[in-house]
Amino acid sequence: MAEHILSSKLYWAIWAILICLTVVTALVARVDLGWFNPVAALLIATGKATIVVLFFMHVKYTSEKLTTMVIVSALFWLLILLALSLADYSTRPIS
Amino acid sequence: MATAAFSHEREHYLNKEYGIRSWLLTTDHKRIALLYLVSITFFFFIGGFLALLIRLELLTPAGDLVQADTYNKLFTMHGQIMIFFFLIPSIPAVLGNFLVPLMIGAKDLAFPRINLLSWYLYMCGGILMLHTLLTGGVDTGWTFYTPFSTAFSDTKVIEAGVAIFINGFSSILTGLNFVVTIHRMRAPGMTFSRLPLFLWSHYATSIIFLLGTPVLAITLLLVVFERAFNLGIFDPNRGGDPLLFQHLFWFYSHPAVYIMILPSMGVVSEIVPCFSRKRIFGYSFVAMASIGIAVIGFLVWAHHMFVAGMSLYAALIFSFLSYLVAVPSAIKVFNWTATMYKGSISFSTPMLYAFGFIGLFTMGGLTGLFLAALGVDVHVTDTYFVIAHFHYIMVGGAVMGYLGGMHFWWPKISGRMYPEGWGRLAALIVFIGFNLTFFPQFILGYLGMPRRYWQYPPEFQVLNVLSTAGSTILAVGYLLPMVYFLWSMRYGKIADDNPWNATGLEWRTASPPPTYNFEETPLVTWEAYEYDKMTLPAEVTLER
Repeated sequence: MAEHILSSKLYWAIWAILICLTVVTALVARVDLGWFNPVAALLIATGKATIVVLFFMHVKYTSEKLTTMVIVSALFWLLILLALSLADYSTRPIS
Repeated sequence: MATAAFSHEREHYLNKEYGIRSWLLTTDHKRIALLYLVSITFFFFIGGFLALLIRLELLTPAGDLVQADTYNKLFTMHGQIMIFFFLIPSIPAVLGNFLVPLMIGAKDLAFPRINLLSWYLYMCGGILMLHTLLTGGVDTGWTFYTPFSTAFSDTKVIEAGVAIFINGFSSILTGLNFVVTIHRMRAPGMTFSRLPLFLWSHYATSIIFLLGTPVLAITLLLVVFERAFNLGIFDPNRGGDPLLFQHLFWFYSHPAVYIMILPSMGVVSEIVPCFSRKRIFGYSFVAMASIGIAVIGFLVWAHHMFVAGMSLYAALIFSFLSYLVAVPSAIKVFNWTATMYKGSISFSTPMLYAFGFIGLFTMGGLTGLFLAALGVDVHVTDTYFVIAHFHYIMVGGAVMGYLGGMHFWWPKISGRMYPEGWGRLAALIVFIGFNLTFFPQFILGYLGMPRRYWQYPPEFQVLNVLSTAGSTILAVGYLLPMVYFLWSMRYGKIADDNPWNATGLEWRTASPPPTYNFEETPLVTWEAYEYDKMTLPAEVTLER
């Protein structure tokens, strides 16, 4: 299995981007966007998680089927958690 | 340690090095398995002692042995210790650790140091849990239900939550190690279709470890944060939703039941063909049923919440999905019985435990269907019916499988035979004690006795006395194997490499195995369970 070695510069750059996005999250939370506030926070968080998976976890540089399978199944499991929980929340009678 | 007892000429994993350091810094999967064996046995007896106190309190209708608050702590700590510190690690961390590399013909697990780290994490969590127990305990029930756990309980919720959080990482690392090892380190010729079913079930268990445990870890952390920093996540007074906790908690904790039962099913799939001298019936169905249980097991969690106020439409979906999980479970039971059909069955100790497993698991599984039915569930929710149901699965199923596996592989682990007569007697005592303890609880629950109460109406006393009497018999049944296993380490008959004439790779190396398992990497040219091509050893023939 070929190892892809990344330069430490890239790691620091990714770290800086993550810190910037954290600051952006905090700033956006101070602005009243109504229902868009949680959506914005989640979008930024998803972006950060994607960067971590792609670079820190080396997924961008792998073509292994097994790695793809692991990522797809993890996302699928998250979907199960969200979809079936929402099956409850979205069909509750409103009193 | 009693390593001196294993002083043979030949070098093996037990006599290669001596001293406490050689154990605490080992990266040998077999030694780590033994570290786990000692630790989980310790926690098993702590949890068992708490169970006996619960049963003693329930001997009489009045709450006279302990106070109500103490009783709440007793059942909470019994559940948390037994589930997180005994049942979940039991077969994977002991037998799985020992056998996964041996069964695939590898020298060790893929990440030996991570394997040792997982034991240290387990011990950190365990010591924190003991600290919690000794400094006042926790009274939320093992489920940590909010808002009681975050806003009302004045017990050690944070400590217990952190203990289980740390312990969760031990499970995740074990699961990771198994998945990578099974994918990457199989000996030449050991294809997935030749994999022993014990490994298929451990693969399925590892999937649950990896995908479920992080959700529990985060959920417990949220409870700790809400309690410590007053965040409003689950408490409705602070804008939270208590049912969200139940969704997140059961997303892991229902599949956790399959973490406990799947490895046991793997053990039974090894024992039944060996002591029936037959190829397993429907290999691929049994293998795929393990994966099926792991996947469908993630789709059924809200059947724990039917009376909690969730939507009726969602309840219907979860009820239907809960029925589905019975299908792969039934496939396994039918395949084991079909394997025994016209087999040359010997009633050795491991087989007695396998019989016990099949019967008790079937009862536990079928009563689970009662609980999956929306109407019946309303009647029996939070009664002793539920207690009896899940003890039939977790104790009747998982612990029977664990004990069966310990007897089956003890010759390989220790290099010594246990006394067969005592083994059969203990299996019988466990079976009788178990049924006497838990069968009356089905009736008690159906009559309406609620769980988690320290007092009860006098008309329930006879059944409660039966249950308490059974628990003392069960305790004897559990103590006996510990005594004769320890005895056999010094005085037991020296075991052959393959005393049961079994087909697995683990039996083709010495007993106990050398440090790197095999003298040379094995080449696998046969399918699992080719018992039709093997002969029965004289010793087993005589004992039938």
